[in-house]
Amino acid sequence: MAAVLALIGGLNACGGDGDDGDSTAAGSEEVTLTVFAAASLTSTFTELGERFESENEGVSVEFNFAGSSDLVAQIQNGSPADVFASADEKNMQKATDDDLVEGEPTLFAANTLQIVTAPGNPKGIEGFEDLAAEDITLVICAPEVPCGAATKEVEESSGITLSPASEESAVTDVLAKVTSGEADAGLVYVTDAVGAGDAVESISFPEAADAVNDYPIAVLAGSEHGDMAQRFVDFVLGPTGREVLGEAGFVQSE
Amino acid sequence: MRSSQYSGLPAWVYVPAAAGAAFVLLPLLALMARVDWSQFISLITSESSVAALRLSLVTASISTVACVVLGVPMAVVLARTRFAGQSVLRSLVLLPMVLPPVVGGIALLYTFGRRGLLGEHLEVVGLQIAFSTVAVVIAQTFVSLPFLVVSLEGTLRTAGRRYDIVAATLGAKPTTVLRRVTLPLVLPGLASGAILAFARALGEFGATITFAGSLQGVTRTLPLEIYLQREVDPDAAVALSLVLVVVAVLVIGLVRGSRGQM
Repeated sequence: MAAVLALIGGLNACGGDGDDGDSTAAGSEEVTLTVFAAASLTSTFTELGERFESENEGVSVEFNFAGSSDLVAQIQNGSPADVFASADEKNMQKATDDDLVEGEPTLFAANTLQIVTAPGNPKGIEGFEDLAAEDITLVICAPEVPCGAATKEVEESSGITLSPASEESAVTDVLAKVTSGEADAGLVYVTDAVGAGDAVESISFPEAADAVNDYPIAVLAGSEHGDMAQRFVDFVLGPTGREVLGEAGFVQSE
Repeated sequence: MRSSQYSGLPAWVYVPAAAGAAFVLLPLLALMARVDWSQFISLITSESSVAALRLSLVTASISTVACVVLGVPMAVVLARTRFAGQSVLRSLVLLPMVLPPVVGGIALLYTFGRRGLLGEHLEVVGLQIAFSTVAVVIAQTFVSLPFLVVSLEGTLRTAGRRYDIVAATLGAKPTTVLRRVTLPLVLPGLASGAILAFARALGEFGATITFAGSLQGVTRTLPLEIYLQREVDPDAAVALSLVLVVVAVLVIGLVRGSRGQM
């Protein structure tokens, strides 16, 4: 039994140090930044990473996109990362509480909810209150996940109670239920609606302003390339970052 | 070596065998080590947990009945007859076993969904399957049916057809042979197949979340509840995971018991 455990331990050790070996080995300019970013940032951060690489010789940016709570769990369990961009402040707070963040997180973007329907909006939905109608098959996020928490906030502030057919655990599942025609309407983030293009029709509603989701970004305490990581954060906060994020539907955080 | 019986195995085989056993058991031990025992009962008896467990047990039971109703005739036909394309057909009906469940979910969506192959016609009659408990049962039956068919077909082939032939030569009609001779002989195999199907239905996740949606008491089965709880309350997710492990262990025990009778 001891031999078996030793074997497993050995395998673990092999797997653990494979990732960042090349960042220190080569010349002084060769740096690999590992950025953990919320799944909703996949397209924008991929583009920002490419632009950052072309502006900084010898730097390559690698991403790990996943749900913010998954990313925090990975960072807490010792996953090597230089930068963390969360889709909500709650998950960034978890990292800050465990002293995993270098300095203070900065808010770099904000996202609000939007209604999506099938192209052409066959059910004639015009605003948030229309979603409560009985003949509408509505899909929203579960209150346990950020987009669902935002939905609940809007429900509470507007006094309109929704009766959804399903409470999904990911915003992409809500979108999929609408694009496949299973649901008449869904509540997703503006950026998801923009990303879906012509597959859906988007309807903005004023009550969405009651639940603005702020995205914080921070350099992680465990980063071996703190300066370069800070440069990437500044790049996201700078004009290029604002432009790319704005095109995807994000608004500036206040 | 104290063993009185000669096993005929070289000593080194025990090393990878023990490693394999540790590989399977270690994660389960790790899961148990993470359980917050002081809160365990309150975590698994919360309203949402109980609703999810009840829904899982009810839907998995209905799915198992559906598997028996559809699967027994399938197994009998596959085991007892020969026709052109039989081996291809067998491979195809067993496909859900190896298919990623999410692919099954997408396929079901395009069959029973509102714009699906059958769904469009069902919609006209006023039947909507999406987001209903029926969708959960369909997803579970789809993924578990092959387990029952494979298990029962194997038992039928092992049992052979001697008794069937004797019964037929004594004047029994085909239905009587099937009901009074063939099926009683393979009952233990049928039982273990049904229990396997039940276990697979209980654990179904991918096809359900893709096809049925997720709403407490309607479509959110235990695996979906665990997936959701993980977001906010990892302790609850771990506690519920352990409940599923316990159910799975009981199921394995039942299968061994039903095999033991043979």
